[in-house]
Amino acid sequence: MTIFLIYSILVALTLLLIPIVHVRLKGIITLSVVFINAILSGIVVFPVLLGENFEIIFSGTLITGEIPIRIDALSAWFILIINFTIVTGAIYGLNYMKTYKNQTANISIHCIAYLLMQMSLIGICVIQNSLVFLFAWETMAFSSFLLIIFEHHKHATLKAGINFLIQSHVSILFLTVAFIWVYYRTDSYDFNSIILFSENYPTIISFGLYLFFFIGFAIKAGFVPFHTWLPYAHPASPSHISGVMSGVIIKIGIFGILRMLLLIHTDFTVLGSVILIFSVISGVYGVMLAIIQHNIKTLLAYHSIENIGIIGIGIGLGTIGIGESNSTLVLLGFGGGLLHVLNHSLFKSLLFYAAGNVYQATHTLDIEKLGGLIKSMPHTAILFLIAALAICGLPPFNGFVSEFLIYSGLFNGIENKALLNVFIFLFSILGLVLIGGLALLCFTKAFGIIFLGTARHHFHDTVKEAENGKLVPMYLIALFIITIGIFPQFFIHLLNKPIQLFTNKINQPTELISTFQLYETMQYIGLCALGFMVLTLSIFWLRAKITAKKSKIIATTWGCGYTGNPEKMQYTASSFIRSYRKLIEPLLLIKKHKIELIGVFPKNGAHKTHPLDKMEEWLITIPLKKLYFIFGKFRFIQNGNAQLYVLYGAIFITLIIAAPFLYNALLKLIEFINLI
Amino acid sequence: MISLVLILIASLFFMGIIIRTKSITSGRKGPGIFQPMKDIVRLWKKGAVYSETTSFIFQIAPSIYFASILMAVLVIPFGSYGGVISFNGDFVFFAYVLALGKFFSIIGALDTGSSFEGMGASREALYSLLAEPAFFILMGSFALFTGHTSFVDIFTSLHFGTYISYALGILATFILIMIAMIENSRMPIDDPKTHLELTMVHEVMILDNSGFDLGLILYGTHLKFAMYGALIANFFTDSFPFYISIPIFLAVQFIFAIIVGMLESFNARFRMGNNAQFIFTLTSLSLLIFFGVLLILKKII
Repeated sequence: MTIFLIYSILVALTLLLIPIVHVRLKGIITLSVVFINAILSGIVVFPVLLGENFEIIFSGTLITGEIPIRIDALSAWFILIINFTIVTGAIYGLNYMKTYKNQTANISIHCIAYLLMQMSLIGICVIQNSLVFLFAWETMAFSSFLLIIFEHHKHATLKAGINFLIQSHVSILFLTVAFIWVYYRTDSYDFNSIILFSENYPTIISFGLYLFFFIGFAIKAGFVPFHTWLPYAHPASPSHISGVMSGVIIKIGIFGILRMLLLIHTDFTVLGSVILIFSVISGVYGVMLAIIQHNIKTLLAYHSIENIGIIGIGIGLGTIGIGESNSTLVLLGFGGGLLHVLNHSLFKSLLFYAAGNVYQATHTLDIEKLGGLIKSMPHTAILFLIAALAICGLPPFNGFVSEFLIYSGLFNGIENKALLNVFIFLFSILGLVLIGGLALLCFTKAFGIIFLGTARHHFHDTVKEAENGKLVPMYLIALFIITIGIFPQFFIHLLNKPIQLFTNKINQPTELISTFQLYETMQYIGLCALGFMVLTLSIFWLRAKITAKKSKIIATTWGCGYTGNPEKMQYTASSFIRSYRKLIEPLLLIKKHKIELIGVFPKNGAHKTHPLDKMEEWLITIPLKKLYFIFGKFRFIQNGNAQLYVLYGAIFITLIIAAPFLYNALLKLIEFINLI
Repeated sequence: MISLVLILIASLFFMGIIIRTKSITSGRKGPGIFQPMKDIVRLWKKGAVYSETTSFIFQIAPSIYFASILMAVLVIPFGSYGGVISFNGDFVFFAYVLALGKFFSIIGALDTGSSFEGMGASREALYSLLAEPAFFILMGSFALFTGHTSFVDIFTSLHFGTYISYALGILATFILIMIAMIENSRMPIDDPKTHLELTMVHEVMILDNSGFDLGLILYGTHLKFAMYGALIANFFTDSFPFYISIPIFLAVQFIFAIIVGMLESFNARFRMGNNAQFIFTLTSLSLLIFFGVLLILKKII
């Protein structure tokens, strides 16, 4: 209770303090408060993750009713992840924002929004009263909106921000409808009334309720086809915000999906299959589009969609496990999914920070213009490489551990019973394999074109490595990534309680992890990862020993006899993925502009590709155009003539007054029709 | 452990047999079967030329590529004797550790800033990505068939009884051979003997490697062949005692090498554009295996 008080007073005081202090202090104050808040909430939730229970019930107001604050292991897991990413984001952001230090007012708003975002995210994890929850959700949406539009003088940024705001409110709309539905039936805003609701009504109705929650949260999480805000919002926002947004804000959608899964009772097998299919499509579609992007942050944004898909596959698998009372599936599915939430928040924020370093050094996000940065920015390059390997799910890094858990779950699931499940699992395995392979193609492209080769474009300023202030939080994340890769058993152990919440739904023995020997397997994988590193190092050492005395000649790259400057002859990002693009073209929407070379002395040959999102085209752009067309027909009403507007007002008022009479007349008419 | 030793032995002569087969079919006498290995040892002793464009990635990539293959070899069992590494789901580790090596060989190629090597890298990335589903569905089918998820458990409990299962074994062998050809960039997909950079896949990626690194990469290819040979051999060694199973293993490697040699002698390389379709066929073949397994387990019909 005291911690809650300290927490809220601290935040309130800081919010007041930030606008008045000097610009240099704003960032430092924000960082320290964010850090203190992280520690405070960490102290409360860490024991919960290990098994304690925490519940405070505030009396609340007349409107909201009691406000229960319940922290279970699931909230604890998410709060710890949120805090880590937000703290590293704040450290990185402090240094990233130095470029903008003369925009004082703008930075004040940014700092305030950052603090509010942390508070609302933690609030979402613990508040279990629908009204207050929606309030926290709205605060989160609005503060992220403010964070995104930091560079609001740019048209594209503002547009992306408003897109985000609108879609966030569509999400809120779905959640509100679902919560009101529950309130209408049970007369309580407490989350526990959802349990009551789904026990009292047939499964099909609970299923419908869950779908509302799912769509609401899926918009935030970025499941296809609700993902369209992501590829705009990420490139528009400052890099630390992109990192935090991809790391934790979209994860809060996953949290919501998991939270509702804990509360609801319905046909879990069907629900699991629905989630699984949604997720596989998200994963494959996300990475398919990621490959053809040439803006590094858009590319990363589509990768977030892919990773949400992977997390979703884990959740779907676990849900099917609940439906079939198969505790192994529950363990592997939710274990893999929850661990991937942590893993993705690590490597994706690292990737976005690295992209931020590149952006501040070169002032461009266009992959085609970059190249050879590894020589001027070696630290950023190494960090990007580590994160890229991790996101491809390659051992010895953390991405492999969670993907391995999900694979194990799928292969275990395929062994059992029902034929329909076998096909769904096969479909998921195919999806997951394709995701892995395509991610490899995507990140060899991203890393290879941005950092390797020679520069493809000459920048005005010399490209410099980022300052230590930016690199330190990045190395911190990289260290965490490697630690999970080598000691996965420790993190699986931490997941014991969160998974238990789900196994409780099927009344299975509590100590699952030991029964399935998961602990041993994880230890084994950790050892393999370590062994692989040792093996690589020893081969490299051997190579160094043997080649030490040998001659080493430095020459130009083999150019088939051409010895001039090969800069313009390098492979570009578009050419690297050309064969893939040709293969996938029927499925996607790619606009091409080509100026052919004609004549003996050709001029200005060019070839440009603009990848568009087919889903967005179908679901948003085309329907919007149709709506424009229909509403355009009524444009004559808005003709700028003041007299007519007064007339409209008069007609409107008359209609309002006449409404009861008209209603009565209508009733009489119906009666009359019934008579004859 | 035994599988590691056997694979290392097989890797010494595997490429020699391929080359010998090719020379015999084209009417030449050909070099001795240890000649490719001697070439590699010679490369290991040589100095190297590095491109001025390259960074440290180019230096570490071959070592990591080779380490990944070695790590994958450690997972392969020998009949009922597990590999050095063996756990539930180890074939996922096998595929992913190979992918790690691939990642590094691709970025190693991109590091030279050459147009040719980028071309090869792009093709290699695409082809290996397309081949991956076939392997996973194959292993998934066997996981479904035997109820186990590690290489050694799958191979020990895999018994051929019915006609369908023999058909499955043959199909699986075919798929593994083709995956080996794709992973090693051999004939129907890629022609290692071509002299035009524009038509190469794997060879063009390593144009700038020389000396020790080139030796590592080439030996890696031998090792990869022997590794897939060992996987195929595992279908046939069952649980015989050593004095039968080891000759079977060597014979399978020998026949595999001859088949590769024959394929390379009498086959032309596909057009680059057709490669993707061909590789996808493998996925559908592995789906056939999957349905075959469902048939055997009486899940359908």
